[in-house]
Amino acid sequence: MSELLQFLFSGLTVGAVYALVALGFTIIYNASDVVNFAQGEFVMLGGMLTVSAYAAGLPLPLAALIAIVVTAGIGVALNKLAIEPARGAPVVSLIIITIGASIFLRGAAQVLFGKQIHRFPSFSGDTPLRIGGATILPQSLWVMAGGIAVFIALYLFFTRTLTGKAVLATSNNRLAAQLVGINTNWVMTLSFALSAAIGALAGVLITPITNTSYDVGIALALKGFAAAMLGGMGNPKGALVGGILLGIIEALTAGYLSSQYKDAAAFVIILLVLFFLPQGLFGARHTERV
Amino acid sequence: MTLRNLMTTAAALSALAAPALADINIGASISETGPAAFLGDPEAKTLRMEVEKINAEGGINGEKINLIIYDDGGDANKAKTFATRLVEDDEVVAVIGGTTTGTTMAMVPVFEDAEIPFISLAGAVDIIEPVKTFTFKTPHTDRMACEKIFADMKAQGFTKVGMISGSDGFGKSMQAQCKGVAEASGVEIVADEVYGPQDADMTPQLTNIKGSGAQAILNSGMGQGPAVVTRNHKQLAIEAPLYQSHGVASKQFIELAGAQAAEGVRLPAAALLVADQLPDDDAQKPVVIAYRDAYQAATGEDVSTFGGHAHDALAILKAAIERADSTDPVAIRDQIEATKDFVGTAGNVTYSPEDHLGLTLDAFKMLVIKDGDWTIAQ
Repeated sequence: MSELLQFLFSGLTVGAVYALVALGFTIIYNASDVVNFAQGEFVMLGGMLTVSAYAAGLPLPLAALIAIVVTAGIGVALNKLAIEPARGAPVVSLIIITIGASIFLRGAAQVLFGKQIHRFPSFSGDTPLRIGGATILPQSLWVMAGGIAVFIALYLFFTRTLTGKAVLATSNNRLAAQLVGINTNWVMTLSFALSAAIGALAGVLITPITNTSYDVGIALALKGFAAAMLGGMGNPKGALVGGILLGIIEALTAGYLSSQYKDAAAFVIILLVLFFLPQGLFGARHTERV
Repeated sequence: MTLRNLMTTAAALSALAAPALADINIGASISETGPAAFLGDPEAKTLRMEVEKINAEGGINGEKINLIIYDDGGDANKAKTFATRLVEDDEVVAVIGGTTTGTTMAMVPVFEDAEIPFISLAGAVDIIEPVKTFTFKTPHTDRMACEKIFADMKAQGFTKVGMISGSDGFGKSMQAQCKGVAEASGVEIVADEVYGPQDADMTPQLTNIKGSGAQAILNSGMGQGPAVVTRNHKQLAIEAPLYQSHGVASKQFIELAGAQAAEGVRLPAAALLVADQLPDDDAQKPVVIAYRDAYQAATGEDVSTFGGHAHDALAILKAAIERADSTDPVAIRDQIEATKDFVGTAGNVTYSPEDHLGLTLDAFKMLVIKDGDWTIAQ
């Protein structure tokens, strides 16, 4: 029994990491249908900038805040310098631009921060909490709390605020959104800033668990993307559930079947889900009207 | 002076300068970027630093070294292309490199065909077994690490071993080697788990090892995986002691794992990590201290054994070229093979026609982490 609990705790820890990364995809996708492949780099920047600021002697909360603000600024710059000039280009071109941006950010980070692996201390120490014979680290709870907080914030943003609805409107029909007085350029800038900030927050929360280096973005973005697809792209609830589910599937496979097939099992289940529910577990069911 | 005059002068100058620069071209293909960057980065920095030093001291036999480094990014295909370029375009007399076993094995046929001596910086035993005429290597093999670890386990009375390995090249290779020598070493592998190199939590695997009755746990892996394993080992309060491999032999590992979690972890490593703790009559002591101080002064980073392998390779090559008193690749190869009792950072190297590794198990020191630092295990 305590084994099962330990596997579940491991799944929750890893799943919360995936969920936080997956949540970052949501806003840009909702605003423009673009899957931002530089999202993993935002997570990396959040971690690496915090490491640098912390190493420079700043207290950890301030270092984290600086990292989030700077990364949000980089998100805005990415939109202004790369996405906005390509306005009118098909979504596929924009996605390819984000892939280019991710390579650029990774390269810049490598030159700026070096190639070493870094970490900063956990927020509440490393003494594990014992529950029913299994253990979990306090930092895992921080990541889960962060994931839930971002989820609630996003949910309220999209359903209760005018700005959030403006983002959804821009995604649905850019021209119509402009006609009802929505500044769609501003919406895009805002969505990049928010996505980058969420990514950076994820980086700050997960670095004590996962460690960070200039190239962690690819692996994180891949798993986060898989989690978002599983849950339903663009739906915060889907990102949260998809991430946790992916983590738990991996942990249970590693625990009960074989750690060899951990990743394979997770991806087989994702494929099965997408086969029967192409929009993911919580994705909107589109019906095209002719 | 008109532009044309200037150009003529420049051309004349370079024509004059050319014969004086009868440099010795030494090539290198290192993984400065990519997944093996934390190995390749100190290697490349070491090579540049040492070549600068040798040239400042007048070069080899009065000729300057011209070091040509390519960054293969850990990609075996790129490494092979660079190997061909080093042979055909750069006309090198010897090559150092191949940070990983993958890149090394891709380059070996090129240098064997071109008859250029090649000193690899990668770990696997496959590189020098069977012996290839022009291929040598300086780091210990993963099989030696397994033997050293198992010997230490047996000495402490542990015979049931739980293995947890990274699924990257290093982890897989060492996992296979350890399983191969386990029986001969008198230990039994009772659990065999793997994890992805970027995984954030290995508690399921460790929980299974805990339930398997293992008396000691061996983690073969490098990079950040072992740091996570070490933290999880502490988190689960597993009584069986944790052994790491030589793949984590840099200070960074203790920082990533946290001094508290790393306390008591044992691993085999070269003397370089414990330079100050070596007895004064140890022949390696002056060599490792000189390299460590020079590296730290030049880069501001902590020394790692990986850079040490590059240091050894260049020093062996330099001595061989001096003895050969020529830049003929075949003559250099013969002198590399004749290397005897060379004291490097990895240990005492004596090559022979049957042995292109040249190290014995004594080259490994068994270290234990205490209070956030390495100490020599008694």
